This record gives sequence, structure tokens and C-alpha cells, in this order.
Amino acid sequence: GGMAAALLLLLLLVAAGPGPGRADAGRERRDALREELLLSPLPTGDVAATFQFRTRWDADLQRGAVSHYRLFPKALGRLVAALGVRELHLALTQGFWRTRFWGQPPLQAPAGAELWVWFQPTVTDVDKAWKELSNILSGIFCASLNFIDSTNTVIPTASFKPLGLANGTDHHLLRYAVLPREVVCTENLTPWKKLLPCGSKAGLAVLLKAERLFHSSYHSQAVHIRPICRDASCLAVSWELRQTLTVVFDFFSSGQGKKDWSLFKMFSRTLTDTCPLASQSKVYVDISPKNKEKELLEVSPPPTSVHEAIVQGDKKTYAVYDLLSPLLFNTSRSLNVQLKWKRPQDSSEMPVPTLHAQRYVGGYGLQTGEICTLIHNTHPYRAFPVVLLETVPWYLRLYVHTLTIITKGKENKPSYIHYQPAQDRRRPHLLEMLIQLPANSVTKITIQFERALLKWTEYPPDPNHGFYVGSSVLSALVPSVTAMKDTDVEQSPLFTSLFPSSDGSSYFVRLYTEPLLVNLPTPDFSMPYNVICLTCTVVAVCYGSFYNLLTRTFHVEEPSRGGLAKRLANLIRKFRGVPPL
Amino acid sequence: VCTSRFWFNYRHVANTLSVYRSVKRLGIPDSHIVLMLADDMACNPRNPKPATVFSHKNMELNVYGDDVEVDYRSYEVTVENFLRVLTGRIPPSTPRSKRLLSDDRSNILIYMTGHGGNGFLKFQDSEEITNVELADAFEQMWQKRRYNELLFIIDTCQGASMYERFYSPNIMALASSQVGEDSLSHQPDLAIGVHLMDRYTFYVLEFLEEIHPASQTNMNDLFQVCPKSLCVSTPGHRTDLFQRDPQNVLITDFFGSVRKVEITTETLSLDRDAAGFESKFPEEELATEPLKYAEQLPVAQIIHQKPKQKDWHPPGGFILGLWALIIMVFFKTYGIKHMKHVF
Repeated sequence: GGMAAALLLLLLLVAAGPGPGRADAGRERRDALREELLLSPLPTGDVAATFQFRTRWDADLQRGAVSHYRLFPKALGRLVAALGVRELHLALTQGFWRTRFWGQPPLQAPAGAELWVWFQPTVTDVDKAWKELSNILSGIFCASLNFIDSTNTVIPTASFKPLGLANGTDHHLLRYAVLPREVVCTENLTPWKKLLPCGSKAGLAVLLKAERLFHSSYHSQAVHIRPICRDASCLAVSWELRQTLTVVFDFFSSGQGKKDWSLFKMFSRTLTDTCPLASQSKVYVDISPKNKEKELLEVSPPPTSVHEAIVQGDKKTYAVYDLLSPLLFNTSRSLNVQLKWKRPQDSSEMPVPTLHAQRYVGGYGLQTGEICTLIHNTHPYRAFPVVLLETVPWYLRLYVHTLTIITKGKENKPSYIHYQPAQDRRRPHLLEMLIQLPANSVTKITIQFERALLKWTEYPPDPNHGFYVGSSVLSALVPSVTAMKDTDVEQSPLFTSLFPSSDGSSYFVRLYTEPLLVNLPTPDFSMPYNVICLTCTVVAVCYGSFYNLLTRTFHVEEPSRGGLAKRLANLIRKFRGVPPL
Repeated sequence: VCTSRFWFNYRHVANTLSVYRSVKRLGIPDSHIVLMLADDMACNPRNPKPATVFSHKNMELNVYGDDVEVDYRSYEVTVENFLRVLTGRIPPSTPRSKRLLSDDRSNILIYMTGHGGNGFLKFQDSEEITNVELADAFEQMWQKRRYNELLFIIDTCQGASMYERFYSPNIMALASSQVGEDSLSHQPDLAIGVHLMDRYTFYVLEFLEEIHPASQTNMNDLFQVCPKSLCVSTPGHRTDLFQRDPQNVLITDFFGSVRKVEITTETLSLDRDAAGFESKFPEEELATEPLKYAEQLPVAQIIHQKPKQKDWHPPGGFILGLWALIIMVFFKTYGIKHMKHVF
């Protein structure tokens, strides 16, 4: 007994011996930051700038007591660990990405606030965790996400599959909500910038100044947290936090009418130094030639390298400025990338994207209406399926028997429909369909609805503005022009590795349609007092007249004689018991 | 707190943001400020200069700035939320930035602006808070010892009526106009198209720009701000509930935050390995087979998805009533003795 105990103690001491050694091994850096800016000129002369800041942490947030946060922000790390979140995607957007004119977006988000979350299978009460999560995020990002409740949350069954590692996709662990009325302004950008390791003081984030970012056609900031493979063998899990910000600058409103752009013209600042915590910091400029001609775009100063990649199924060329290379800041202290067009563009060259959609409300009056969605497939010979997810609030009562899908004049039956009707004041409508789009076609989907009358306490303070219907989501595997090769995620630029691709023949794209604004029958809230007075007067006059007519009788009355003195005297005489005057 | 909605009430948001800016400049951090703005002016589509809110014409001073955190915005600014913040009776899942976490040693500054009348303040054009409700809320705060001293400033028409009913100790109140008077706005900006600030808050902002964290200006100077010649209305104040003499109360007691700092000359040595936190990473178990990413659009899997099992609900009232009717009719017609044939 004693011998065994002594042996055990000895073993423990030996095991604890290389303690300091292990501490040294644990000191190696387990998190890394990469930052990237992509400038892509759009066919209409505007320019889109996409910032991506990616913090990757080789630790398992779910298991183990992680208490030391370095680059990964503590607010989000504690959130993921405490609420059992597997994936979190939050986007705050102002404006709309015009796919028809600008091309496929790298990552689009619907107008307003969008939050979709996959929870771990260990979470027992998903709805409670969802409510707590939206409240905590509303405090972190200064957005009214606490308005997310069961009236605008849905559980999609076919869209929004996890973007990170997943073993099994039980859709009861997924929640999706959109707040189309949410406004995005500097108070949302400030906490977003504070989550970056270098803040907005060094690196690419110095360009993020609110006065320029919100003076744009489209501004979208997002936070994505997901688990990813740690290395090629994919036996361990790392956590990735991506903060993306996409902004489209309008060349009309930025003045001077010329289509030349530069960092100073867009952001009113230039890049001066790099974030010391970043392991990679690059600026990519899309200089792909269109229609296989020679280059149209000239960039200055000359880039450090040129990178070719297949992005969204098409071969593209990028000029790369590596901010960490010593050659870049040789000549001047600041980097101001300038884009100049070599020859003027004409509008006939605008390429049409393979998949684009639009949505609008039809009908007239305040009783009924119709939601129409048009989906265009402009590929000349390939057909592909698309999943359409529509979330309609309960006060627009959809009639599913009026749902029609027409392609090229014929009815198109979807391969899969999931419809969940609304419950008044509890649940919105959810309509998910998998539709095959034939080549070179336009598909029109219409569904009729009836507008409900809300209770007078349910109207917002500005009911005459209208009520928003959130954007519908189209998820599709679009056939690529050029087959994509499987490349290492760590070596390729960040904007190519957001969606995990399974095979190279098609690429995944998620598009959003326009949000709709419908008017509900609204009472006139300024009138209750006047209405009560008028109604009471009418009732008194009508009913009172009838009552008098039916019940009033006339009788003769003695004329009253004498004034006040006589009445007082009569009163005293009554007390005395003497007959009155 | 700004309680007005719509673009033409730009000046109320500018009022609130200028006071916010002053208290931040004088040292109060965002975690100690609850800012409520009932509408968004900076990123309003009608704002010709997005992400800015100006307080002086010719766009001299942008009070919105680059570092602003709004806690309650848009539809969240309601009388109920305001009273809940004051009294602390807030749902448990509310984040910290939306709570008033004060105790009995906190000095609280409350600034409200909007449209008001004799005895009430209008919230978002759809509801009102009366002076009685406000006084009761302050009494609740006093009973729970949620403040040490409270300074209440209100810039609305007939603002003095809002502090008439206070009855809790240690409250000092200022208003921009007396009962029966209107508070007027200062100046319009023709480029933006609306009035930018109210007069009283404009002169209070000018006064506060002179204050720095170490200044010794006291409350009597604040009472003199904006005399009738500049403000057209007569600002009022109330100090009878306040225990100290306003002469001795510094402006920075409410508008600024000065921390007590203790300077020491001895050196402290921090032990490098004391916590050993980096080495505490538990050894992770690696998966036995490689993990995979999910397929984004698994068409075959979607088509063959089993329909979701509908949760069983007990039959609703209508169905139960219908069956009860059928059974009653059956037994009425055939008599109860036939029940043995049923079972």
C-alpha cells in the first residue's frame, strides 16, 4: 500500500517535472491576424472596396477553460463559449447591391440587420439561447437586435447550411432573423472597429472613417465566426473570426465626374504603416481584362506582385501590394493606390451576371397585394437549381394556393417546397423552394397576400412610413466558366476562401433581393379626441331627440311667484308649521 | 435622452449629442453613459452630409464624431424603457451597456430634450411622460439608493413644469423655459435645411466648452447661462431639495468624472510565471478521422428530406366542441342505455 503510494507520488513528480518546458511550448503564438483590402472597379464606373480582417485561433473555444485572449476579442469568445454557438453570422447593411449592374457580390447581405446562428448539439433550449444571444449582441454592436423574437425568427431547412466544419446538419439548431428597418451608422461601426486587434490606429483600418464610408451607395459590415480546419489533414479545429466591410463608392456623388479612383479620393486618407500584430497585410486591385482584351486599367504605384486566381468561376488578375514588404514604403511614407482607365468604357460592354433577381409588390389598394419575384438565368446553355427562402411577416397573410411559378410561359414545379404558415403575432410565414432554372430564362414567382389590421397599440410611432418585408434569399450553385482548382486555404487570398468549395465546376453564391415596403391600413392617430367628441355629439342629438319624442309629456305648471326673500319667508313659515304665503 | 422622431426634429438630436460630447470630453466613459436617441439623423437619407450632426451653422462643429455609442435607438426609446432604466427594473438579459448601474455614491446627470407641454414630455409623437411619473421614478431611485445627487436638465417648451413635482432629496433641476413659455431654436442651416440647435442648449454648450476637468466653476454660473435677452424664454432652476449650497457644487461633479489617483514611488515586481496561463491549455484530443465542411447546396439531400414531424397538439376548442355536440345529439337520440354498444 505504502509502496504503491510512494511509486505514484514519484510518477506524479516526474510528470510535473517538465512543467517549465511545457510552459515554453505553450508560449508559441496560437493566433494570427491577416488583413486584406480588395478594390474592384464595377462596370458602371463605381468602385467596391472590401475589407477583410481574419483572426484565426488554434484553440478550442468550446472545451477547456480559455481565459487568456490575445487577438481574438474576449467579448465574442466568451459569447461563443457560454452559449454553445457553433457558427455566428451578423451583418449590418445600408443600401442594396445591384447585382444586375455590378456583378456578383463577393459576399452580400440584406438591407438592415441579419443574424443567423448554428448552435452546438449540446444546447438544450435553442430558443432561449437565441434570445440571450440577440440581447448580448445588441449591447455589443449598439443595434436594436433585441427586437429579434419569435415574430421574425425562422428555421430554414434547405438554405444557410453551415459555412464551417460540421458533422451533421440538424436544422433545428439553426435560427435566422432579419430586421429590415435597422439603420446602420457610426455607432455600429465604432464597436466593430474596437474588435480589431489594432483598432483603427494602424494597418488597413485607418481607412475606415465614418464620414466617407456612409456617403456611399452600399455599406455592409459583418462579423463571421466559424470553426475551420487547422491544417490540411483537418484533424483539429481552429476558430476563425472574419470581420468584413464592403462599401461601394458612387462616382457621381464623389464629384468631378471622372472615373479615376484613388485611396485618397475614396477614404480621404492613405495607408502609412502596417498593424504590427498582423502576419499578412495586402491590398488587391482587380485588373482583370474584360472580353480577353488587353488591360484597361492602370494602377500606380507599381504593385509588388501580380496574382491570378479563379474567383466565382472566372479567371481574374489582381495587382497585389504587400504592405509588409520593405520595398513598398521605399519611395514615400504613404501608399496611395491610384486606378486610371486607359480608354473610356462604353456601356455596351457591361457583362451580365449569370444569376440575378428582383422582387416587387404588385396590386393596388390597402387590402390585397401580390409579391412577385423574377429570377434571371442568363447562362446560354446550363441549367442549375436555386433555393429561394422567403420570410414574410404575419400581418401580410399569404395565400399559398395562389403561388405560381412560370418559366418561359410554362409552369415550373419546384422539386422541394417547405411552407410554414404564420401564426398571428407569434410566427412569420416561411416559404422555401428548390426551383430548377432552365438555361437563358426568366422565372416569375407570384404569391398573393391580404393585409391585416393591427391592434392600435401594435403600430410603431411612424406607421405611415410603411412596414418592411425582409429580403428573400437565393442560394445557388452557379456553373463556372473556368474550372476551379483546389488550393490551399492559407495561401490564397481571403476573398476566395469564404465559401468552402466542394468541386470546381460550380461555385456557391448567395443573393438577396430588394426588401419591400408595404402600407397597412392605418388609422389616423391624431384624431381620437375629436372622434370621441363628434361621436358623442351625434349620439346625444339623435338618441336624445328620439328619447324625448317617445317619452316626454307636457303638463301645466303653476307660475312661480316671488323672489328670494319670499322663498326664505316660506321656508321659515314651513318650519313654524304655518301655511305659506 | 432625445425623445423626438422625424427629420425636422434634428435639433433635439443635436442637443443631446452636444451634451454627450461634453461629458465624454470631461472624462465620463461610454460605460457610464446611457444615450437614447429616438431617431437617426446622421445616416438619415435626407442628411446631405451622412454620418454628421452639426450644432453650429456653416458646419463648424460635428457633434456626432467618430466615437459614439448609442444605447437605445429608434423604437427602443419609450417611456417604459426610460423608466425601467432609471429604476433598474430591467429584464435579466439586458446587456450592461443598457443598464444604469449606479449606487448610493453615484452622481447622476439626466438631460432630456424634445417637445413638451405643461406637465408632460412627448415621446416619439405617440406617448407622454408626466411630471408625476418622473417624480415617482426619482423617489423609487432614492428609496433604492440609486443616486447620491441628481442633476436634471430639461430643454423643452414649458420645461419648468416637469420639475415642479419632485419630492425626493438631493435633486437639482434646470429647465429652459417657465410654464407658459416656449423654448425656441437657435439658427437654421440653409444647406441642411433644418434648425440645428435649441437656444438654451446652444449656450449651455458654449459654457461647457470652457470647462476642463480641473475647473472650479460652480452651479451658480450654470444658472446664469442664457439670460432672457439671449434665450427669449426664461430659464428656471430648482435647488430647494438639494442639501448643499449650489455655490459649493462644482460643474465637474456632474458633467465630468475625476478619478482618485494614488501615486507611489516603490517598484512592484510582477512574477512572470505566477499565473502560468499560457501553459494551461488542456491537451486537445484530436479527431480520429478528418472533419469535413458541410455542402452548401446539397440538392439530393434537400429533395429527399423527410418532412418535419409535426408536434402533436391537443385538439383545439372548436374540434372539442364539435365532437361534444355530436356525442350529445347521439345520446339524446338513442338514449344512454346504448352506451354499452359503443364500448
